[in-house]
Amino acid sequence: MVDQAKVEELKRIAHRIRCDIIWALAHAQSGHPGGSLSATDICVALYFYALKHDPKACQWEGRDRVIFSKGHVSPLIFSLLAESGYIPREELRTFRKFGSRLQGHPNVECPGIEVGTGSLGQGLSIAVGLALGLRMDGKPNRVYCIMGDGENQEGSTWEAIMSAGHYKLDNLCVILDNNGLQIDGWVEDVMGLQPLADKWRAFRWHVIEIDGHDMAQCMEALDQAKQVKGQPTVIIAKTVKGKGVSWMENMAEWHGKAPKQDQCREALKELACPAEYFDF
Amino acid sequence: MSEIKWKATRDGYGDALVEMGAQDERIVVLGADLTDSTRALWFAQKYPDRFFDFGIAEQNMLNAAAGFALAGKIPWVSTYGVFVAGRAWDQIRTTTCYSNLNVKIGGAHGGISVGPDGATHQALEDVATMRVLPNMTVIVPADYYETKKAVIWACKHVGPVYVRFGREPVPVVTKLDDPFIMGKANLINDGTDVTIINNGPVLWECMKAVHTLREKGISARLANMHTVKPIDRETIAKAARETGAIVTVEEHQVMGGFGSAVAEVVVQTCPVPMRFIGIQDRFGESGTPEELFEEFGLTARHIVAAVEDVLKAKRG
Repeated sequence: MVDQAKVEELKRIAHRIRCDIIWALAHAQSGHPGGSLSATDICVALYFYALKHDPKACQWEGRDRVIFSKGHVSPLIFSLLAESGYIPREELRTFRKFGSRLQGHPNVECPGIEVGTGSLGQGLSIAVGLALGLRMDGKPNRVYCIMGDGENQEGSTWEAIMSAGHYKLDNLCVILDNNGLQIDGWVEDVMGLQPLADKWRAFRWHVIEIDGHDMAQCMEALDQAKQVKGQPTVIIAKTVKGKGVSWMENMAEWHGKAPKQDQCREALKELACPAEYFDF
Repeated sequence: MSEIKWKATRDGYGDALVEMGAQDERIVVLGADLTDSTRALWFAQKYPDRFFDFGIAEQNMLNAAAGFALAGKIPWVSTYGVFVAGRAWDQIRTTTCYSNLNVKIGGAHGGISVGPDGATHQALEDVATMRVLPNMTVIVPADYYETKKAVIWACKHVGPVYVRFGREPVPVVTKLDDPFIMGKANLINDGTDVTIINNGPVLWECMKAVHTLREKGISARLANMHTVKPIDRETIAKAARETGAIVTVEEHQVMGGFGSAVAEVVVQTCPVPMRFIGIQDRFGESGTPEELFEEFGLTARHIVAAVEDVLKAKRG
């Protein structure tokens, strides 16, 4: 059974992260809200429950590694890094601005980022090599890769899935943010992927399917993934794109469009964000 | 000249990997079902625990190499230049080069001399696509020894490196104790009328051309420039100033490749007439290396003709 107090704590963090995402977008007036909000809960469970890391020593040898294949969710990534203490929260004001360490898609200039990502279909391959390299040295570090569902349309993703299954990478865990939408619309309409879980299973992966907004399920899935031996694990987290802002939910248009400033105020109000978030 | 030894540049790659594998345990080799023909097999046989086959999936292999680099390894990706520098270019660009990761790429079967397989397997654009990438070092060695030295150098260098080599045996024209300084050309022959700047295993044809030119009373300088990027600006500018005409020679498309890199320096330092020996905006085809060199204008005879032409332009 999961620790209920921890669940409540993580929910509070997830709420702050959602506020930070909208706040960063309000300052940048550009960026990707939809997938950032859908992946928030599972990523909070990862960063503040499952992950071994030390934000004060981001190159610590014993750290688990996180590869954000869906690099466009940078508002979420930078909010996670700020909440963890890798970067000052104030820096989120500079997101996507000239000279900032917080680029439109994350790169190695930002502490806590292992590798620059954002060109979809590439992250899992990096994670595969990293997991193989760590395993060669007998290191216990785990590798997490955060992916979108649309990315499964990339051929290179299936090359990576195939190789991770082949090499039995049980130190590798994919978190699949299965919000069902991509820029052009519903994934199933654009280029259908179902039965998605069966496809991963067929490539020799252990599949866990959860409600990606149920914090207890997110924690349990991450716990379970650590126990799986002899094969990599994918957590298919069923999520809602734009989760938390009613008029963004399940709307493909909020994939890569930043809300205007008055819309950001509306979103912050709906999220019941504290007064200090309204400073733009 | 009668005692010329012939050896493939890919053998230099395989031998260097084995040699460096013994010295540095961080070296791992990744293959894509071409383990024997790239000579990665020699490493795989000696260090099976440090060899990983990724099957026929180059894009995944290139980013897996980036992952190995993140884990502190020195990964060598081994496949044909045409697959690595074309199919997996986006991976090399956006993962390895953008994050400046320590990934080494062995581009095998470079140039038209691959022969009978024809256009699909002849890498003729790889130097162009690799040299436009920030942080990437591009080396095209001329023979067996130079390939070995390039690979040894790359193992010790921190950052992305592309080393391109060929399939067929070519004359071993450099010596074991010749210097290999990354970014620095080796002068093969001094001369005053024109400079021939060579890149890759076509060096032998250049040497024959210099010999013929001498008989015709033309004094040709010959510089062997193994590093395409960073390019040896000093040697190029000096050649332009002192000889007043330049001919570049490469087994690659003339557009965007080595000759273009030289021309970029020439126009910025000391503009002089230039001619470019290489593939002239065509795809390759099947044939023996000899037949193809003749058809695509890469023999000593063609180099001599280009020199005579550029000298006309020089004299006005």
